[in-house]
Amino acid sequence: MTEISGVPDATSHRPAGRVRAAVSRVRSAFGSATSRVRSVTTSLEIDTRLLGMLLALAVIWILFHWRSNGNFITPRNLWNLSVQSASIAIMATGMVLVIVSRNIDLSVGSLLGFLGYTMAMVQAEWIPQTLGLGFDQPYTWIVALAVGIGLGALIGGLHGALVAYGGVPSFVVTLGGFLIWRGLIFWYAQGQTIAPLDSSFALLGGGPIGSLGDRWSWIVALIACAGIVYTLIANRRRKRRYGFQTRPRWAEILVGAVFCVAVLAAVWVANSYPWPPALASQYAADHGITEPPGGLRIATGIAFPVLILAGVALVMTVIATRRRFGRYVFAIGGNPEAAVLGGINVRRTIMLTFVLMGVLVAISAAITSARLNGAVTNLGVQNELDVIAAAVIGGTSFAGGIGTIAGAVLGAVVMQSLRSGMLLLLVDSPTQDIVVGIVLVAAVGLDALLRRRAS
Amino acid sequence: MTAPAPAHSAPLVEMRDIRVSFGGVRAVDDVTLDLHAGEVVGVVGGNGAGKSTLMKTLSGAQRPDSGEILIDGRVASITNPRDAKAVGIETIYQTLALADNVDAPANLFLGRELTTALGILDDSAMEDATRKVMGRLNPHFKRFKTPVRSLSGGQRQSVAIARAVHFNARILIMDEPTAALGPAETAQVRDLIRQLKAEGIGIFLISHDIHDVFDLSDRIAVMYHGRIVGIVDKAKVTTDEVLGMIILGKRPEEVTQEELAELHG
Repeated sequence: MTEISGVPDATSHRPAGRVRAAVSRVRSAFGSATSRVRSVTTSLEIDTRLLGMLLALAVIWILFHWRSNGNFITPRNLWNLSVQSASIAIMATGMVLVIVSRNIDLSVGSLLGFLGYTMAMVQAEWIPQTLGLGFDQPYTWIVALAVGIGLGALIGGLHGALVAYGGVPSFVVTLGGFLIWRGLIFWYAQGQTIAPLDSSFALLGGGPIGSLGDRWSWIVALIACAGIVYTLIANRRRKRRYGFQTRPRWAEILVGAVFCVAVLAAVWVANSYPWPPALASQYAADHGITEPPGGLRIATGIAFPVLILAGVALVMTVIATRRRFGRYVFAIGGNPEAAVLGGINVRRTIMLTFVLMGVLVAISAAITSARLNGAVTNLGVQNELDVIAAAVIGGTSFAGGIGTIAGAVLGAVVMQSLRSGMLLLLVDSPTQDIVVGIVLVAAVGLDALLRRRAS
Repeated sequence: MTAPAPAHSAPLVEMRDIRVSFGGVRAVDDVTLDLHAGEVVGVVGGNGAGKSTLMKTLSGAQRPDSGEILIDGRVASITNPRDAKAVGIETIYQTLALADNVDAPANLFLGRELTTALGILDDSAMEDATRKVMGRLNPHFKRFKTPVRSLSGGQRQSVAIARAVHFNARILIMDEPTAALGPAETAQVRDLIRQLKAEGIGIFLISHDIHDVFDLSDRIAVMYHGRIVGIVDKAKVTTDEVLGMIILGKRPEEVTQEELAELHG
């Protein structure tokens, strides 16, 4: 009896033993907690990487909110953030596919400037003056946009053809493009600013009138929610038909609810941002509305650039994950030889990633120039770095084969949050660059570390 | 075992005077080789003998500089892997040729994805088909949703084999199909080869394991420095004679006593 009870006594008197026991107790508690978290995330089928990014974004927002005395998480600032992120985010979705297939596009900033300039010339010079058709024709904006997108596809195709069929490394081709397209802007107009733009085209840049307003924003939100529910149900049905395992019902409902609430919350925030009082008064005067005391309150709603981004992100996600083309892009990034032996037309696929990139640059060029209501010679300068950084912060791997569209969009929002937050705190631009640089390297370093742990 | 197919029917595959050069080196030098339905032809030789390159001309991965390939007695134009698959040639590459970052169904259907009417990838249908074929080949295989990077060597090999047999191949090229496998899995692959042969599929088997080749082949083609040394009926030769052909590059009757002594010394 004494002997038996003496054994644990003896060890518990030894401090090292007690510490070790405590450590192992904590470790096992921690272990079971992480395994519980893991089992929840697996039954929800959530991408833990994206979840981590969302958490990082939340931390960034809260920190800036705190440091700026409550000026960061406000409808006004978040609305601006969404508009400022749109252009980079749109291009980042294309950069994901380019990087996934083991290429790079350094030309997007210069190409954005060139295409923005071209579209500005179409609407401010060529249609109204050279052709003598006059300003602000109803078709002007669509012609300008079509010219921009067509030219973007063509130039992207040229880059892609040189890479895929010409055998010139994409780094070199697009470094050349970086110099050439920026240089061509000066040939156009000797460095003159082209402004103002067509009044309909300018709406693409956002701003109070370039937004949906509250009613249409809610309608878009409801359509999005219906789409989310439909997608979840359709996926579940399809898996059921083959007798595959599906998420538990509670998980399915939770996922749907979280996405829908997120959409509704975003729209609510956008609708909580009213037009500036002066503009609202102007509107009231123009439409013969008598202003109520305290001024007319008009909800801004989702800005057009953000709506365009949502559409682009959706289409690009379908292309990347649900179409043959996207599957081939990822297969090429994973093992180019296997892709060739599988009968995939690797050259054509690579070329098309650059065509897609060119189209997306054109869309971003329209948004950026419309936002400025004009084209300036440094339009899009350094954008290539922001776009690549957004894709990489969003989890795109330079080794190829890994990346997500949603990650790239989030990456763009993270980048823009850092920049606009620091601007709010009056941090000077060189310091901003330093911080963004550190975050970029740290994010990728952390990711590499976690990936190595996981494998 | 089964006797070779009667001589009057056209062979399933006839490779005539195939030549492939890399720079000044003739990797494959005027090789002529045929294969009948339900026959296993072993292709053996040392490193750099040209076995894999020869087989790549048949699988569409390597264009020959000259020569022609006949399938069912008709000249086939095989300029890329897609052409080869169109005439029923499937290949298990030594490197496995898997895209590591995507899952088993995506690899199985790589280049031949199933889609819905709207051109959307039908991942569920592909997973279902993969589950069925894997149920036959490797019933223990359960990881259909993970990138093949995280699978074991044997599991990866079974994905590569599943890809080759799923599409009703008539001609199968197996380049070192058991290289990454343990004894139990190797036995499984041997059984599979016998089963496929019984189904009338013609198989080219490349292996450096002379026992594998002797066990499974009807005929053995020995290559040496890009040339065929000889194509022998397995029943009429010994492993020593075939080893002599691989190492010396000469037919048994051409080998001198001194060379033989050196080989054994």
